[in-house]
Amino acid sequence: MFQSIDFSLLALTAPGWGGALLNGFLRSIQLAAGGYAVGIIIGILGASAKLYGGLVLRDLAEIYTMVIRAVPELVLMLLFYYVGTDLISRAAQAMGFTGFDIDGLLAGIIVIGLVQGGYATEVIRGAIKAVPHGQIEAAQAFGMSPVTVMRRVTIPAMTPHAMPGMANLWMIATKDTALLAVIGFSELTQVTRQAASATRAYFLFFLSAAALYLLLTLLSNVVLRWYETRARRGMIAAR
Amino acid sequence: MENPTLLRRMMMPHRLIMAAMALAGLVAIIATMQWDWLPAALPRLWQGLQVTLAMLAGSVVTGFMLALPLALFQVMGPSPLRWLSLGFCTVIRGTPLLLQLWLFYFGLGALFAQFPEIRESWAWPYLRQAWPYGFLALTLSFAAYQGEVMRGAFTGVPHGELEAARAVGMSPWLVFRRVWFPRALHRALPTLSGEIILQLKSTPLIATITVTDLYAVTTRIRQTTLLTYEPLLLLVAIYLCLSAILIVGLRWLENRIPTGR
Repeated sequence: MFQSIDFSLLALTAPGWGGALLNGFLRSIQLAAGGYAVGIIIGILGASAKLYGGLVLRDLAEIYTMVIRAVPELVLMLLFYYVGTDLISRAAQAMGFTGFDIDGLLAGIIVIGLVQGGYATEVIRGAIKAVPHGQIEAAQAFGMSPVTVMRRVTIPAMTPHAMPGMANLWMIATKDTALLAVIGFSELTQVTRQAASATRAYFLFFLSAAALYLLLTLLSNVVLRWYETRARRGMIAAR
Repeated sequence: MENPTLLRRMMMPHRLIMAAMALAGLVAIIATMQWDWLPAALPRLWQGLQVTLAMLAGSVVTGFMLALPLALFQVMGPSPLRWLSLGFCTVIRGTPLLLQLWLFYFGLGALFAQFPEIRESWAWPYLRQAWPYGFLALTLSFAAYQGEVMRGAFTGVPHGELEAARAVGMSPWLVFRRVWFPRALHRALPTLSGEIILQLKSTPLIATITVTDLYAVTTRIRQTTLLTYEPLLLLVAIYLCLSAILIVGLRWLENRIPTGR
């Protein structure tokens, strides 16, 4: 009872769904890259708060990472999405903007970034602790401001230590974008489901989408490994 | 021995103030938000919790048993098996769980329905439901991630220990059972508890294929009561408690296992 697989369904133009799939893929990559960048920024701030912050700041960062790591991503995304859009639209109304609409892509990026930030905080905190303290002290002794120390010394020196963890986080980010399909974002997984249920060619579309995700994973693996060796240059090999 | 310092750490003034603020926030949430749906929803929430926990326990146990051959094949299997298990782990770990779940549920579900042999077999009453597909996806995903962990653990056992076991005349099976497996498991334990927490956090995905777990129950409540925040906040609180209980329980288990050092 197998019909032969109809590959023309993957055509790039209108009757085929290939173009829609690639658009969804592009959107997934945008969401993942944006969320990853936001996550790194939150991670650096969170790690600084945990390592150098005052008592209150330290505890707040601790609570943030604890909640992010204990609650399912799907639930967090729903919560951030509803709370975030609600707060922003209320703030916009209070400031007198009416009919204010939040860009879906931006909302998705922020939601992913907030989740990524919790994990990135832990990775970066560990990496900063692996930097010999003398290097940071030397930078401070030259009279660099805390921001300059961070930018010129701490971040470059901790990057090789953070790379394995951060590479892992990028993989998680690409896969977490699929969860946005549940909220209704038209990224790859959502588009795939639409295409599959419209044509009833479930295996064709789900397997093509899987191939796209796999391609992204394998390609980024190559790039990340190259960057890790680059970041490690000048370091003595571990073994 | 740790308790007095823990108590003293919790009694630091800024923590007391933060705890008071959190308590005030909690009181405000209970007082100002709408919670009258809660008593009627409790039985359904309890059922959902049972589904979530059953899925977690079942997929972790089955997935772990699948992970062992996956890891062993990669460490010492003949090359076709090695490549197969490596490919399996790469594909499962490289694609989103949600996509796999939908592939199994929509794809396999539609495929099975085409065969009269399957429709008339004893398995059909199960295959018609959603949970076997959810269980399959969760199990395969856990097996792939845990297989990777176990692979590292198996290769990490010092070679001399295995040679010593062989030197006293143990059969390959006995070496595995008495030395290789226990040592590898012990190395993998800390990561195993992390993986179990991750698996708990993956379970709500099965709600998207109509399995009524904790998350699905909450979604239903949100739709019927038209409340945005209250059920979500409750859900976050429940998952926080579940994770906390799991973390404490797994750490207790880990500490009970003697290290021999």
